[in-house]
This record gives sequence, C-alpha cells and structure tokens, in this order.
Amino acid sequence: MSPASFVIAFLVGGAICLLAQLTLDLARNLTAAHVMVLFVVLGAVASGLGLYEPLVEFSGAGAAIPLPAFGHALVQGMLKGAAQQGAGGLLSGGLTAAAMGLTVAIVIGLLMALVARPQG
Amino acid sequence: MTVKKNGQTLVFSNPPAVLATAAVVGPKEGEGPLSGWFDVVKPDRLLGMKSWERAECKMVEEAVTLALGKAKVAHKDLDFYLGGDLLHQIITSSFAARSIDVPFFGLYGACATIAEALCLAAVLVDGGFATHVALASSSHHDTAERQFRFPTEFGVQRPVTAQYTVTAVGAAVVGPPGKGKMQITHATVGRVVDYGQKDPMDLGAAMAPAAADTILAHFQDTGRAPESYDLILTGDLASVGHPLCVELLRRAGLVLDGRFVDCGMMLYDETQETVAGGSGCGCSASVFAGYLARNLEQGKFRRILLVATGALHSTTSAQQGESIPCIAHAIVVERSG
Amino acid sequence: MVEATREQAEDYRRLVTRFGRRPAILRNAVWAFLVGGTICAVGQFFLGLFLLRGMPLKEATVPAASTMIAIGAILTGLGVYDKLGRRAGMGAALPITGFANAIVAPAMEFRREGLLLGVGARLFQIAGPVIVYALAAALLVAVVRILVAGPPGS
Repeated sequence: MSPASFVIAFLVGGAICLLAQLTLDLARNLTAAHVMVLFVVLGAVASGLGLYEPLVEFSGAGAAIPLPAFGHALVQGMLKGAAQQGAGGLLSGGLTAAAMGLTVAIVIGLLMALVARPQG
Repeated sequence: MTVKKNGQTLVFSNPPAVLATAAVVGPKEGEGPLSGWFDVVKPDRLLGMKSWERAECKMVEEAVTLALGKAKVAHKDLDFYLGGDLLHQIITSSFAARSIDVPFFGLYGACATIAEALCLAAVLVDGGFATHVALASSSHHDTAERQFRFPTEFGVQRPVTAQYTVTAVGAAVVGPPGKGKMQITHATVGRVVDYGQKDPMDLGAAMAPAAADTILAHFQDTGRAPESYDLILTGDLASVGHPLCVELLRRAGLVLDGRFVDCGMMLYDETQETVAGGSGCGCSASVFAGYLARNLEQGKFRRILLVATGALHSTTSAQQGESIPCIAHAIVVERSG
Repeated sequence: MVEATREQAEDYRRLVTRFGRRPAILRNAVWAFLVGGTICAVGQFFLGLFLLRGMPLKEATVPAASTMIAIGAILTGLGVYDKLGRRAGMGAALPITGFANAIVAPAMEFRREGLLLGVGARLFQIAGPVIVYALAAALLVAVVRILVAGPPGS
C-alpha cells in the first residue's frame, strides 16, 4: 500500500489505455470492441513471450486491471494446468483462471438487468 | 391525359395545401437552437412507457392528433395516414396506425421519409383519391441506438463523423388546394445513389451524392434558379456531409450561397455533444413541422426547398461489407396566396 | 440505381478524405490516460488489500480484478459508466471495469425482450468476441510456448 505503488499503477495502466486509444483513433474503421479484442489477444501473446508477468510484478494493478491481463491470465492458467495435468489441464486451465471474474460479471450482469433500467 | 411530371419532378398545378403541422420532440432537441419552434417538448425520452419503442409510438400519436386538431380535420374526414420511421418493419408507424385507425401506407425512406410522405400525400390529394391525408415521420435516439449501434449504457466514444439520432416527430395534414397557409407545388423524387461509401458511422459522406443528384435534377427539371427559394435545406447531412454536398454541386456548376443549410446542423448547438449533428427520420421532419412551417405560416419564408436525405443500409448489409445506397427526395413548400 | 463507377467512387473517396475529420487525438489520449490510470490506481487499492492479507501477487490479482468487475457493473447499472466512456474512450473501455460494462449494458438494454432471448442471449453481445478470441489466442500461445520452450515445470 505504498504511495509509489499507486503512482506506478496509475502510470502503467494509463499508458496501456492511452495506447489503446491511439490505436482506436489512428487506425480507421476500428470500433472500441475491435480494440478490446486486439488488446486481449496482445496480452496473451505478451504473456507467452514472458513479458507480461514482469509488468504485473512491476506495476500491480497497472497491468492487472487493463484487459490484456485477461489474455495473460488465460495463458498462465493453461500453462499451469498443462504442468499439473498435461493436455487436460491445458484445456481446462484457462477458464479456471478466469472463472471468478467471469462468474462475477455474469451474475452481477443478470442482477443489474433485473433491478436497473437503461437511462439512455 | 397529360403527364404532370418533368424529369424526376412532379408539378402540382393545383397545389395541395399543408393544412397544419405539429412537431413533438425530446428533451435534448428542446434545449437546442430551434427549441421555441416545436409544439411539444417532452421532459424525458421514456414518457413513463415500458420501452423506448412505445415512447416513440406515443410521440407519433400525439403529433398526429395535434396536427389534426390544428387543421380542424375530424377523424371521419381523414382518408389516409402515411408514416415511416427507422425501426425494423417500421413498427412505430404501423403501431401508431393501429390507433389512428384510417387506411395506412407504411413508408421507408430512412431519414428522407418526411419528403416521401409529403410527396405521396400531395399525389393522393391532387389525384382526387383523398381529401385529407395525415402523415408523420419519427425517430427516437434510444430505439435507433440499440438497433443500429450499441446498447445505450455501453460506454464508447462516437467517431467524429457520427451523427446523433434525434428524438422527434414531425406530422402534417395535407388537404385540398386553396385551403391553409402553405402548399406543396413540386416534388423531385430521388434516385438511389451509391458512391461506394461503406462506413455506417459516416452517413453524411454516404448521403451527400444522393442529395446533390436530387438538387441538380430539381433545378434542371424546374428551370428555376436557387434565388427562387428563401431556404434550401438538406435533410441530415450534418457537418461532414453538407460541405461535401456543396463541393459536389460546385463541381457540377451549381453554386449555392448562405441560403443552403442542413437540418441536422440546425437542431443542436456546439455544446450539446452530438458530434457531427442530428440525423433520423424525425430530424428533417421536426425542422419542417416546427421551424419551417411556422416561418412559412407567418410569412417570413415565401418558398422553401426541403431535400430530405436517407441512407438505405441495414445492420446486416453494413456487417456484410456492402456499400451504403442513399436517397434524397426534394419537396417545394410555399406560402399560399 | 445510380452506382458510381470505380473511378467516381475512388474520386469521391479522395474528396471525403480531404474533407474528413480527424479525431481530437491529443485530447482523447489525455482523457484515456487519466481515466484509465485512475481506474488502475483504484484497482491497486484492492490489490493492496488482498496482498496485505498475505496472498501472493499471482493470486491476489484475481479477486482484485473481480472486485473491479463488480464496481464496473454497478456503475453501469447506475447509468454512470456510459457517460464516463463517452469522454474517456478506451480509458474506460480497456480496464476490466469496461469489460463488465460490456456485459451489463446489453443485459440491461435487452431486458425488455425477455429474460431468455433478451438478457440471456444478448449478455455477450460485445464481451462474447473478447472471450472467444482471448481463449483461442491463449490456447495457441500456450501450445506454441510448450512446443518451443518444452513442457512447463520441467
């Protein structure tokens, strides 16, 4: 909880979002949904190259909160599963790693649909 | 029998009257520069209904009822209702027609619908098939947004070329020649024009060639000069498409001055964050039924040319990478007598 | 139909480009940086909480991200997140809170079309592609990594 950790998270997280915004603005004909997909794939690739984990260790939430972390979590989960259980673990490890986030998103999404009305 | 048409332009020698108009708009439109010209400004976009779609339908019913009341036309004297909107299977218009309960023609010309409706209403009256025809053209920001783009609560930026679908209805009652303060003298029916534009977030650029095509046809068919009109308005090319249309006309040898404006650029001011400007079936419809009709009635305008523009794509065609065919219909409305 | 010839269409495309608008790149970038950074700093607070409870970093990121997902979902329900996204662009969309927004927004929007075909089917309208391509890319990356670097853990 050092002040420095907040500053680093702010700077690294902001920089990743800034890169995404530049991608959106400079590449014509891309929507935000395209850029989200692109960055999650880039996160997976960076994870495979062994680049993303050091970034998370350096910046904490700065790298763990932007979407590339989702691709990273899937790759690491698959590699962990493969190490423990071979091919079966490779296939199940990804979603195991993402299970908590996805479940929270789906359940709260459902809840919000029941209690909240879109305001336009 | 003589054909009452020159080129693409219908000429009404006994011009059908526009007996009355009514414009019902949403809160954002009610905060814009044309605020004072609308009949009703709604405080919100849901109107206590259970869906945006129902709210849009409610606004159409209200606008038609208002226009009939101002025109002093009783329901039993109404022969037809013409309506169009942006939703799949034009449900707003069909559902409104269910309660308006007179023979109904459903129209789809996207944002060009108001001019298409005025033209066909005039044809019905001029042809002796009808005495009174009611018509309406509507759009609603949220019904359009969820159908064409993203869910309304999804937080994304609009591209700089994007237009903002207006929440508005324009309704009118067309009746026999010689009545009322306004009349329809000409209608130039547009061709479908496609210049290969594919970006559904840049409809102004897609529609500009269609607008230019119809405007050129109108001046050629009528032999008129631009000076014949107090105002020449494109429907909703907005701030991206309008300058493109000016340039296309200039290249074709037609230079229009300050009287050439755009409904999509008139509805909102800079601070309202509508990016390029307004669009939707209710855009030119509400500008016509509010601002233009009032000024014609009060004699501030003598004659106007409204060139309503529509993009005829769907979400399916856009996702399949098809180019966007567009249309523009022009209508001449002038002060009677 | 008046379909432009290829030359006309090409000519018009050039005209559109010449008249075209450029996005306010600098302003958008600043907004994305500030909002994205702030969201990550908030995430750092929750990450810190879980780290204080003695979780290793690798494990702590999971509940921290899930907490942020819950916050993004609630802000969407309150009708706040779309306004944030309108300004901040990818600064709001790219953090995991934006992923939550992408799930909750269609779920709320299509509630009126029913619980099954409205909420249930549309929940993944935007997030679906993200999950599909993330999973496919991750599997490919993991397999390539194992082929290149040998079995993990060895």
